[in-house]
Amino acid sequence: MQKFYSNITQIVGDVITVEAENVGNAELAQVITRRGTSLAQVIRLDEKKVFLQVFAGSRGISTGDRVRFLGHPMRIPTGEMLLGRIFNGSGSPLDGGPALDENLVEVGGPPVNPVKRIIPEKMIRTGIPMIDVFNSLVESQKLPVFSIAGEPYNELLARIAIQAEVDIIILGGMGLKYDDYLFFKETLEEQGALSRSIVFMHTAADPIVECLLVPDISLAVAENFALAGKRVLVLLTDMSNFCDALKVISITMEQIPSNRGYPGDLYSQLASRYEKAVDFDTAGSITILAATTMPGDDVTHPIPDNTGYITEGQFYLKNGVIEPFGSLSRLKQQVNGKTREDHRTIMDTMIQLFAEYRETLEKQAMGFEMSAWDQKLLKYGRLFEKEMMSLEVNIPLEKALDLGWEILHQCFSPEETGIKRSMIDAYWPGTHEG
Amino acid sequence: MTGLRKGRITRISGNMVTVRFDSPVMQNEVAYIQHGKERLKSEIIRVRGNLAEMQVYEDTSGLKINEEVEFTGDLLSVELGPGMLGQIFDGLQNPLPDLAAQCGFFLKRGIYMEALSGSEAWDFTPVAKAGDKVRAGDKIGFVQEKMFRHYCMVPFSWEGFFEVVFVEGPGKFTKNQAIAHLKDEKGNVHHVSLCQRWPVKIPIRAYREKLKPTEPLVTKMRLIDSLFPVARGGTYCIPGPFGAGKTVLQQLISKHADADVVVIAACGERAGEVVETIKTFPTLVDPKTGHPLSDRTVIICNTSSMPVAARESSVYTAVTIAEYYRQMGLHVLLLADSTSRWAQAMREMSGRLEEIPGEEAFPAYLESHIASFYERAGLVRLYDGALGSVTIGGAVSPAGGNFEEPVTQATLKVVGAFHGLSRSRSDARRYPAIDPLISWSKYRSFIDQEQKERGQWLLRKGNDIAQMMRVVGEEGTSLGDYLDYLKSEFFDFVYLQQNAFDPVDEATPEERQSYVFAFIDEIIQSDFSFSNKDEALHFFQQLRQLFRGWNSAPWQSEEFERTETEIRALLAERTKAG
Repeated sequence: MQKFYSNITQIVGDVITVEAENVGNAELAQVITRRGTSLAQVIRLDEKKVFLQVFAGSRGISTGDRVRFLGHPMRIPTGEMLLGRIFNGSGSPLDGGPALDENLVEVGGPPVNPVKRIIPEKMIRTGIPMIDVFNSLVESQKLPVFSIAGEPYNELLARIAIQAEVDIIILGGMGLKYDDYLFFKETLEEQGALSRSIVFMHTAADPIVECLLVPDISLAVAENFALAGKRVLVLLTDMSNFCDALKVISITMEQIPSNRGYPGDLYSQLASRYEKAVDFDTAGSITILAATTMPGDDVTHPIPDNTGYITEGQFYLKNGVIEPFGSLSRLKQQVNGKTREDHRTIMDTMIQLFAEYRETLEKQAMGFEMSAWDQKLLKYGRLFEKEMMSLEVNIPLEKALDLGWEILHQCFSPEETGIKRSMIDAYWPGTHEG
Repeated sequence: MTGLRKGRITRISGNMVTVRFDSPVMQNEVAYIQHGKERLKSEIIRVRGNLAEMQVYEDTSGLKINEEVEFTGDLLSVELGPGMLGQIFDGLQNPLPDLAAQCGFFLKRGIYMEALSGSEAWDFTPVAKAGDKVRAGDKIGFVQEKMFRHYCMVPFSWEGFFEVVFVEGPGKFTKNQAIAHLKDEKGNVHHVSLCQRWPVKIPIRAYREKLKPTEPLVTKMRLIDSLFPVARGGTYCIPGPFGAGKTVLQQLISKHADADVVVIAACGERAGEVVETIKTFPTLVDPKTGHPLSDRTVIICNTSSMPVAARESSVYTAVTIAEYYRQMGLHVLLLADSTSRWAQAMREMSGRLEEIPGEEAFPAYLESHIASFYERAGLVRLYDGALGSVTIGGAVSPAGGNFEEPVTQATLKVVGAFHGLSRSRSDARRYPAIDPLISWSKYRSFIDQEQKERGQWLLRKGNDIAQMMRVVGEEGTSLGDYLDYLKSEFFDFVYLQQNAFDPVDEATPEERQSYVFAFIDEIIQSDFSFSNKDEALHFFQQLRQLFRGWNSAPWQSEEFERTETEIRALLAERTKAG
């Protein structure tokens, strides 16, 4: 019944052009070559010319190969059956399990009506003080982890996957080293978290087009669970590889690049993915954490820059710790007023003092005399770095707040902290006993 | 251009389709693509030969070559009439709550709804009478919309003078019923109803004259009102890197600004931020009117994951609605967040059109588009002598936080005030992160000019000393300089910085600003005597703590008076000794 087209007129990069009729934009097709059958997607139509982006890459495609259009856009199976499974970027199993074709949903569906969203108000506890105390993660939030190659961002994501209080974890890997893939797989298995996880994995060795699909299919599956009332956490790593794949395709399509070769619609492309993070008014939620490596540690590079404008804050991972400056959870104010009354006070005070500590460090490095106040700051800063910042620390929020008061108490007198008197009276260690 | 004009799709690339036509078409004409049962709205943006290039306001997946396109002969227009206040529209003026009621969680494409309810009846009261001579923009009567008299006016598109033949008496009318009959100079009779249509990309000019903006628009943000004020009918921009607090600032202004109507254009930004406004405004009471804030707000919401072409039109939709309320003699504030997303939407389309790119691939017409948008702000005298204004505040999101980029530069040329946010201020948690050293305003502040200049001088001096101290250290700085540095830090901490999460501190009315500023000016000018720097530091830490408490004490409350007495006592100790 379905017609085969065999007039391939152009092969550029991973995009082939075939002459065909009655084809829909964004429709899926099969390209049948000697090396096997690959999926492909329509990305442009021009009279009879159909431009297809071939998932497996164009290598080995001959001008005489056949193309068959499937009449539907990209779809992905969904549901409980996927839990504990590992797939590649086109949705084929990587774990030796059976292929699934149930509950198919279209990938990249329409945006959520803003009036059907609710104000996020549920904190996701991670047991990491730099997140819970200073930049709380909130359900439906989208946050990137900005770092540079070599930083333990995958380790951080894995730890969050294990410790975060959510129902389902979806891990989307893009352009990962095979070692990193194995690391995630083993960590999730060992910690018993694989059973609540679904993994879509694209490694650096896989065709580049599949990299583009990973966020879309991860989020389509997540959306399906969220609509069923589940709280889903989507971990994406590394979004920079996704952006680079976008660049490759847009240059192949001869689009005019805007900034460092990236397409002009990079912002919209990223936004349409990140904006899938949602808290539905009568169903579940999607939260997104995405590792984004910054080329050259440059936050003004188009990838982190556009990302920062879309996401609700960012974590900076630097020298193996979450850097308090620059790191920001925009939604923290929605939740940290409802945890414990001293949460915001501790957060603000400790950060302001830590900023002063950093200035003192600079002064010290330049050989200036340290005043009595400087000495106090130095003591404080070192304690803060050791007891709060280290990613090894795994304590609940309340313990972390108590620890904060204890550190302040060890270093300063109450008025030096600038904390309101009523708070000091209630929480300053030693005051209630005396 | 009569009869049904049609064309057929020949090319589809992203959200741009090319259509072959054989009867005349108009630039910027709206057309509908027929895709099965769906009709997708689009707009002609370029015509070459018998091919029209159109931007589609929807996702284009599934569209096929040869599908039919129907031209409408209309420019992209909005419906203007009672019922917009409190409403949430998308960039094409579809009411989002109605869409949600019909389609549920998601925005299904190809569904367009009436912007204003056709069934709602309004209590009409006439003001014009038979025999009156009227022209476009003149008032025929009014209906009560929330707390305003919503005037029904002679449609702005009607040219020349008209004679009122008949006006309905008081009674209930729906938006499309005729409320008056007008006779033009040729004797033809036209019907006026409660609502009219207006093409969004053309400014409404039914007024006598445009005036120079002079009156301040009080935002209750101290840093803005005191140092970098905005005028009613003026323009300002807030550029800043991500995370510097642009949106929070815009939200605070939308809450507290002293305007009659606030139009919020959420253009290509996060949906979450709009949601906060949508959900909280109905519960917040505007102290000036006693009505919920949502009653004075219109939200145009085209967030970043909604179609790009509609994002481009959303700012025009917003400014048209703002102009409409201005025509009633109201003061309207339009907040656009973010104009960079709007500029990027232009860039995306320009790229698809394969136009020769300008700087950073933005189109060459970027500047003129930005300029003509801000020019739609202004204070105007209407035909009946009343004043109305549109003030535009645009957030700008410069790539890399670099103000040299094209959108920021094009905006700076045309606005009256610049509130530049800096990363270093926001990193140091100094909110609002408007950098007082780079910001400027061409409008007059209600703060005494001399006091204001002294404040700004101190900030510059404090910054210079801080820079110097970084090189020579504290010990290399004289006590006098160190004191100026402490004063400037004090001024920054207790006046310029404002705690958005403190119910009192988040908004400071004009009277309190003048009072506190004068007090701080006194402190700035005082001579203090300290024996060493540690003593001075300690004193200012104490002063700061007291002031912080003072800032969160309600204006003229008992706590306010008490803290002030405490502060004055502390000051007296130090100044007396010297």
